[in-house]
Amino acid sequence: MARDGGVTWRRTEKIDRFNLSATDTAEEVHVLAVDDSLVDRKVIERLLRISSCKVTAVDSGIRALQFLGLDEEKSSNGFNDLKVDLIITDYCMPGMTGYELLKKVKESSTFREIPVVIMSSENVLTRIDRCLKEGAEDFIVKPVKLSDVKRIKDYTTREFRVGEKQGPRKRKQRDSFDLSSSPPSILSSSSSPESQSPCPSPPSIPSASALDSPTRRLKMTSSE
Amino acid sequence: MEVGQMQRRLVDYTKTLFMEGFLDAQFLQLQQLQDENNPDFVVEVVSLFFDDSEKLLNNLSMALDQPNVDFKKVDAHVHQLKGSSSSIGAQRVKNACIAFRNFCEEQNIDATLRCLQQVKHEYYLVKNKLETLLRLEQQIVAAGGSIPMIDMGF
Repeated sequence: MARDGGVTWRRTEKIDRFNLSATDTAEEVHVLAVDDSLVDRKVIERLLRISSCKVTAVDSGIRALQFLGLDEEKSSNGFNDLKVDLIITDYCMPGMTGYELLKKVKESSTFREIPVVIMSSENVLTRIDRCLKEGAEDFIVKPVKLSDVKRIKDYTTREFRVGEKQGPRKRKQRDSFDLSSSPPSILSSSSSPESQSPCPSPPSIPSASALDSPTRRLKMTSSE
Repeated sequence: MEVGQMQRRLVDYTKTLFMEGFLDAQFLQLQQLQDENNPDFVVEVVSLFFDDSEKLLNNLSMALDQPNVDFKKVDAHVHQLKGSSSSIGAQRVKNACIAFRNFCEEQNIDATLRCLQQVKHEYYLVKNKLETLLRLEQQIVAAGGSIPMIDMGF
């Protein structure tokens, strides 16, 4: 594995924990993870793989764009076959921030359908709002846990079942995002409650593990 | 020492680390990600954390040693350290970083130097304790035992 922050390449693995059921016979979800921190990349990679995802981890927005083939009009370097189903990116990164990467992805006709999730150690509402307005699917406050990954995986699963590009757009368009109603919601989508993030309001997270501490939800309202 | 004893010693030791605030729930999360197919996951992540932290602490020392301290740069390093310590559950290091960042904002040279000492102190403490913990785990595995899962009730 490249330790100096290059692309970490993982082929499909038969993952131990979650056996593929009949409905999951389609290819595994392929997640592109972007984070400049080596420690965080290692953790997110493991979290994703244990959740039966293929993972490509890169250390910058630039590399993410290169991987997608969006960088500087370069034609695809053979990576087009490896369709990315979800992008999860850190917000604070040197060079291109996660927000800028999000914008680039959403501006691309080829890739704008890919759900993008932002991670940040900073729980700043204006930041969250900005990302959601720009089309981010969700916003995860670090440190990332298994329950977070299980939740975001649902975004892609739904897309698969719905038939993707032809299916109903569950992602919020760039309309005004109403934060005035009740507690600030992290979600951009108003659909199923199972995708409710750990907000102050009592969530019904089906995959809540024993480690999904309620204090984490309380943390969402207070700044560090 | 037989395996049962070693396991009990590990459990007690780990619980102490939690009670004393050295580690938080995120560390437990990492342990949950380790299994027979990835038996060294925690050791690997913790090693990365050690390497990363030492590099950052060096950078911080240098940055604060300049005639004209660039507090933005200092803050960036502390932010990184805060992030990685948070990701592995090194709670006291993380908290020391939070305090550090506040003083960076104030551009207070004396306070930030003290913060650096504090962060270094916390880092070396947790490093020591993690090494001890991981060594205990290693001994258990070498003796044919399994690493007990700790329930802290988080």
